[in-house]
Amino acid sequence: MTASKDSPDARTARFRRLASVPLDTIGSRSRPLVGAWASIRDIGGQKEMLGLLVRRDLKARYKDSALGFLWSLIKPLTQLVIYYVVVGKFLGAARGIPDFAIYIFTGLTAYTLFSEIVASATASIIGNAGLIKKIYLPREIFPLASVGSASFNFLIQLAILIMATIVVGSHPLGWNLVYFFPSVLVLLVYATALGLLLSALNVYLRDVQYLVEVALMVLMWASPIVYTWAMVRDILGNGILLNIYTSNPITLSVLGFQKAFWTAGDGTPFPDDLLLRLAVTFVVGLVLLFVSQRVFSRLQGNFAQEL
Amino acid sequence: MNSPLLEAGSAAPVPAPVVITAHGVSKRFVVRKDNALKERLVTLGKMGRQHRQEFWALRDIDITIEAGTTVGLIGHNGSGKSTLLKVIGGIIQPTTGTVSRRGRMAALLELGAGFHPDLTGRENVFLNASILGLTRAETEDRFDDILTFSGIGDFIDTQVKFYSSGMYVRLAFSVAVHTEPDVLLVDEVLAVGDEAFQRKCLDKIRSFQAEGRTIILVSHSLGQVTELCDRAILLNRGEIEFDGNAHQAVMAFRNILEERRVEEAAAASPDVVVHEGHVLGATVHAVGKAIGDPVLPGDDLRIVMTFDHDDELTGWIGALQIDNASGQVVYGTKNSLMDVRLPPLSGPLSLEYTIRNVAFGAGKYFVNASLLDSTLRHVHDMPQACTFNVPFYPLATGTVHAEPTLRILDAAEHEAPAV
Repeated sequence: MTASKDSPDARTARFRRLASVPLDTIGSRSRPLVGAWASIRDIGGQKEMLGLLVRRDLKARYKDSALGFLWSLIKPLTQLVIYYVVVGKFLGAARGIPDFAIYIFTGLTAYTLFSEIVASATASIIGNAGLIKKIYLPREIFPLASVGSASFNFLIQLAILIMATIVVGSHPLGWNLVYFFPSVLVLLVYATALGLLLSALNVYLRDVQYLVEVALMVLMWASPIVYTWAMVRDILGNGILLNIYTSNPITLSVLGFQKAFWTAGDGTPFPDDLLLRLAVTFVVGLVLLFVSQRVFSRLQGNFAQEL
Repeated sequence: MNSPLLEAGSAAPVPAPVVITAHGVSKRFVVRKDNALKERLVTLGKMGRQHRQEFWALRDIDITIEAGTTVGLIGHNGSGKSTLLKVIGGIIQPTTGTVSRRGRMAALLELGAGFHPDLTGRENVFLNASILGLTRAETEDRFDDILTFSGIGDFIDTQVKFYSSGMYVRLAFSVAVHTEPDVLLVDEVLAVGDEAFQRKCLDKIRSFQAEGRTIILVSHSLGQVTELCDRAILLNRGEIEFDGNAHQAVMAFRNILEERRVEEAAAASPDVVVHEGHVLGATVHAVGKAIGDPVLPGDDLRIVMTFDHDDELTGWIGALQIDNASGQVVYGTKNSLMDVRLPPLSGPLSLEYTIRNVAFGAGKYFVNASLLDSTLRHVHDMPQACTFNVPFYPLATGTVHAEPTLRILDAAEHEAPAV
């Protein structure tokens, strides 16, 4: 604490320092490229807070529950058991798919990352209304914090997946592991872009979050998680329909995950040029991310009064 | 900015740089009455416009604030003062106009806005400090100061949802004032905690002022504004009504409030309760001046009060009392104190009080007139029957007027301290 006797000095020093800083105009970023760069710089300056917000989300989520973090595993494991028993055994899908449990869990791990980011990012702005109405922060922080906490859960699930593959005896140590990285990047880029966009729209129209719930359910079944890509090909044929189905970024990522972790499926057919497709999808995703960031920053000006 | 003049040392005072400028700032709010997709679709187009209501919370605001000043924003509810504070803080973007600022800013718009109830006090301190712009290392350095100032003690490792509301705001305030802001925005949050803590807050604000920090505060406590601020901006319906000396701004604001009160009183239905006796009215003015003219120190104050009674009241008392704007009694007298017996009251009768050589401090004063019977029971009161103003006096504050002079004593004249 500053003693009162050196206050005049503190005052003079402060005035000098202030006089040397340029006046900063608040919130007037008209040119898109400069604006995007400034936003990124703003967010970069808040890395530490981003980390704290992620930890807050994670800590607060299971704070008073006895099992704590185990809960974040119980849900996907239950899903695994249901799909394994119902789809695999009762409906007989497991007959054509070797290591069916690993197959499902690989797809679920990938898809959970996407759905958790989109769902929690969409609700993030409204969930942090108290902060947004009272303090100025780069608002992108909140959807990004959702990305962070979803990624953390993803890492746990991934660790289990890898352990499971080792237990089953088909450890994924091979060149195919290369598919993992572009797949994760594609998932992250698309989920973040959608999360940003939807979180901003949700402020103006609360229906968005319910729409997201429904869409996420549809998207899960629109990707080869509990069935195989080959089954789809057998029905759609090799034409444009299959191409449309395959071009879904989530489908591509799920396929990439399976290529990396589901070693038992080496003989099963995968789309051609999967890596190239992932790369192209990733670049398109970056453009989408840029656009949704622009939309976000356009919409965020009125957040405080709309909440 | 390495000009040699600035390097010359602290002998010459550094001119205060501008920290905030607002130019032509207006803010329009659009209130929609439909917020769900279904309602939007139903009311699309022409109908939709009927469901929108817009109003201007701020109109064409121009202000410049220099470093080291404490500025109060005053005005009645809905005058736009909180909106202006939020625009300055960057929380709301203005519809037109620009706001520029420099230096680190901390906004105390709501204490504990960033607190998460499930986290402990310690975790919340780090989170909140980071939201207000401190790095982790800086927070660690100041953590002990923050803890001491808040007076939370061992509860710091308890989840904040178990805190009392006082502990909650104390911790939040403590974090906010330890973030070393150049500009501090404060919205109605100084009235927290017990008296001891409030004093601590005000002390902190004073030391902030001494350190040349800029404080912008929104307050409904006009006493606080005149006490803390060297400048006040009075907003009325989104426009600046007055900008300048805090005392004068407060006085102008009180005039607006008084106008409203009179309007509302006129709009309300007249009092139909039948009393046996009434105070019919009162007027006040300085002798030799018209009603409504300012009353200067040294004037004689003439107050005429008219009373009435349906039957006949003997031994009655006509009392007057003068309150200042915050409702504090400043002066009061009645005929019984002056040993004057009044004739029985059986019809309208006026009393003229003359108060000689008044010395009221600057501000607005209200005259209350009361009719009492011989047992000192209040038969009828007319609060704020009339008002008068005493103009701003630059040399002193308070409710008493007296002229101050100052002389510095020589060494020989030092008085021995009384032990």
